Amino acid sequence: MSAELVSLTIDGLSVSVPKGTSLIEAAKQAGVLVPHYCYHPSLPSPAVCRMCLVEVEKAPKLMPACVTTVAEGQVVHTGSDQARKARESVLEFLLINHPLDCPICDQAGECELQDYVFQEGRAATRYSDYAKRYNPVEDFGPDILYVANRCILCTRCVRFMDDVAETPVLNVSERGDRAFIGIDPSQTLDHPWAGNVVDLCPVGSLVSKDFLHKARAWDLDKTASICPGCTQGCNIMIDTRDDVVVRLRPRPNLDVNRHFICDTGRADYRWMNRGDRIEAPLVRDGDRLVATDWPTALERLAAILRQASGQVVILASGRASTESLGLVHQMAQRAGQVTAAIRVPTGPVAPLAGIPGLSLRSERVPNLDGARLADCAADWHAALSAVPGADLVVVLDAELDPNEAALLSQASRVLVLGTVDEEWIASVAALVLPVTTMAEENGTWVNCNQRVQRYTQARSSAGMARPAWWVASEALALLEPSGTWPDTSADAFVALGAWIPALAGLTYAELGLTGRELAAAGTGARE
Amino acid sequence: MGYPHPSHPRETVVLSRHFGDAPARTYAGWIERGGYVALRKALGMTPDAIIEELKASGLRGRGGAGFPTGLKWSFMPKNDGKPHYLVCNADESEPGTFKDREIMRWTPHALIEGCAIGAYAIGAETCYIYIRGEFTEPLRIMTAAVEEAYAAGALGANAFGSGKRIDIILHRGAGAYICGEETALMNSLEGKRGNPRIKPPFPAQAGLFGMPTTINNVETLAAVPHILNQGCEWYKGLCLSNPKSTGTKLFSVCGQIQKPGNYEVTMGFPMKDLIHDLAGGMRPGRTLKAVIPGGSSVPIMTRDEAEGALCDYEGIIEKGSMLGSAGFIVLDDSADVVYEVYRLAKFYAHESCAQCTQCREGTAWTTKILERILRGEGQTEDLGLLLDLSENMTGKTICVLSDSCAAPIVSGIAKFRGEFDAYLSGARQPTLVGA
Repeated sequence: MSAELVSLTIDGLSVSVPKGTSLIEAAKQAGVLVPHYCYHPSLPSPAVCRMCLVEVEKAPKLMPACVTTVAEGQVVHTGSDQARKARESVLEFLLINHPLDCPICDQAGECELQDYVFQEGRAATRYSDYAKRYNPVEDFGPDILYVANRCILCTRCVRFMDDVAETPVLNVSERGDRAFIGIDPSQTLDHPWAGNVVDLCPVGSLVSKDFLHKARAWDLDKTASICPGCTQGCNIMIDTRDDVVVRLRPRPNLDVNRHFICDTGRADYRWMNRGDRIEAPLVRDGDRLVATDWPTALERLAAILRQASGQVVILASGRASTESLGLVHQMAQRAGQVTAAIRVPTGPVAPLAGIPGLSLRSERVPNLDGARLADCAADWHAALSAVPGADLVVVLDAELDPNEAALLSQASRVLVLGTVDEEWIASVAALVLPVTTMAEENGTWVNCNQRVQRYTQARSSAGMARPAWWVASEALALLEPSGTWPDTSADAFVALGAWIPALAGLTYAELGLTGRELAAAGTGARE
Repeated sequence: MGYPHPSHPRETVVLSRHFGDAPARTYAGWIERGGYVALRKALGMTPDAIIEELKASGLRGRGGAGFPTGLKWSFMPKNDGKPHYLVCNADESEPGTFKDREIMRWTPHALIEGCAIGAYAIGAETCYIYIRGEFTEPLRIMTAAVEEAYAAGALGANAFGSGKRIDIILHRGAGAYICGEETALMNSLEGKRGNPRIKPPFPAQAGLFGMPTTINNVETLAAVPHILNQGCEWYKGLCLSNPKSTGTKLFSVCGQIQKPGNYEVTMGFPMKDLIHDLAGGMRPGRTLKAVIPGGSSVPIMTRDEAEGALCDYEGIIEKGSMLGSAGFIVLDDSADVVYEVYRLAKFYAHESCAQCTQCREGTAWTTKILERILRGEGQTEDLGLLLDLSENMTGKTICVLSDSCAAPIVSGIAKFRGEFDAYLSGARQPTLVGA
């Protein structure tokens, strides 16, 4: 970034921004949002919507704030009569062919056309007695519908496919007021990152079939999270309605995923709503598992840990938080020599061509590097081969195939910290403790660039489920009452610093919601 | 000569000397008429000397904007190591304008020569001539002429033995008016949709294929050989009024006039004489009502304004309009200004590239309002609405297409309000126009 700063005045506020900054970004520094449609910080600016016209003193006419760069001493008025009238007229022009079908439009409530018209549009139309332009709805691809009538031709979708996905299948077809977004007739919009055009669309023209008519925007609760799909660690927003996850959307993080997520990640949320959950602690009573309360279950857990002494194997999910991996590992150490591994499913890589370093990664777990830091990244097969004869096996929400599950009967004791009630659990588990999914807890993951990022609780936990780190912490407190064991996720993260030097000194507050890259990558604890 | 009419004695025939003279189209014929002397001369000069000569001549862009040509050429960076391009804008699509067509039809080598000189002067090895798609005959003639010029060694790797490479590539447009806008033209040449680009960067910094580029109109480039042959003082002397407007200019006169055609007169020639004398005046029993002088994209002039105007850049501005491409659309007293304005608006609505909101929606909306007025269904607030929309369409967009749509509407209402009111009040019978 250029160190050279330029000072200017925007709506009476002085700001200093790096040379080359656009007026629209400089205005953000002054806390002024210049209304816009075609501009998007992650796309090239074509300056076509003409919504961001602002008055710049000494300029002969209104200037588009998105492509006008700052100049020393510039005086900008975004709310002058002239600028307001220009915006009002753009809004009027945009509305004359717009169907105003907000009551049945998915975008309503998060629509930039609706918002700006409400903010500074005309109260009534002057476009009377004429038919509106009509084009049929088009099926663009596996998850995307194009509702042409709502389109304001901002071309963000076209530019995303051209310049970011670098797969130019969309275009502006026709001219004048007949124009619409066209698609190469031999193609569909099935690029692995194509779903972003739905988020980029400022109106309800490109809509997701998956989300179609599912919820109204104003009924959604939005929670900052991280995509659990792969080691890239894209920042996401989990949208829930009445505690049900209905949609995942990208959350801007210029250092990780800019404004995008891939379609694989976007679609990867249904498991968060599964109903077949373990909802209460289950203790073995002969050949049965019997539901109990947490104090009883934790006493039983402490007893198991006291009894065990020898080989301990942890089979964990790659979605387990670093906090859970760290504390469960600590807990397991009280029972013997620990071998810990996470299962890492793999899949094809799908890079987003225009954003270097952004890709759907082959390793389809979010916390491979967190597992490495927490010493939970032994070879999965080596860990499995240690199961027969192990004194204690801790299954931390790992998905096991039937052959793998069959090995568990050869271990002395099996402790399950689980989310979903798997078939094999009933026959082998000595104790089953319900734990939360990533959607139900706070935690951190470490992405493939050693970036520690927080995710936060998006929905209430199933039944009596608790985060796995909490279970381990409670057990450790029973084993070592004199120790100080964390009782919040924030404390759990701080506690990790004692065992994982790379995390020492870090707090949730410091990570914020965009995370932080670990200074010296690869200095994780490897006892 | 002259085409379609013999040259009028009051014309100053320079560019149009060989209009109608078919043998002038061939290389041999052009040489006989003094052709390619200027190019040989230019190749012996330094590029800077050519540019200085043009600056001194006062030649200004004939495409519409009237920017000084020598100055434009001097904006090209020197010794920057990048390929430079000259682009000749032969996408003559402005309604009422047909001068470039005739230059290419009758004197293709004049244009080739001008292009070659221009390319040499700005340090370009390649010149693209972007020819309007509908110009099938000019394209055929230009293609043959370029082939001949290559065969004769005027073009190619070693133009006239100068050691300089000068290539001319003809490119046929696909029928979009907007591709006559220079940045849209460059996009079109690059194989992209013909949408105007945001300026800056200007073409001299980053034009065709991102390289320094100069774009000139056909008539501008065709005038260059004459200036080199006869000198800048001669050209500068061709001036009847304002010294900032020099040389001769082809005026395309069309509409309700006795002798439509191209007339080449010295800058500053009285418009009254051009219309009533050279172009034969009105049809019997008819009187002049209005002139749209710059092609269609400029304000309409009333009879008084037109008859009092001098035909140069400043003279027409003085009378409230602009010279533009100098295609005069002449309207007599039988013309319906409301209909004419509607017809122009419909053209712009059809040709809007659809990038900018005001233009995409505004041109179509104004057309609908004018159509409604013509159908006798206009409402009293329609004129105010048209004026307000026109204001919203002026100075707000990337290119000036929407401004061009607004100009005749605003001036039409201002100067011929009675005709609009007649439709609104029912005094004038509705005109049936297509829906």
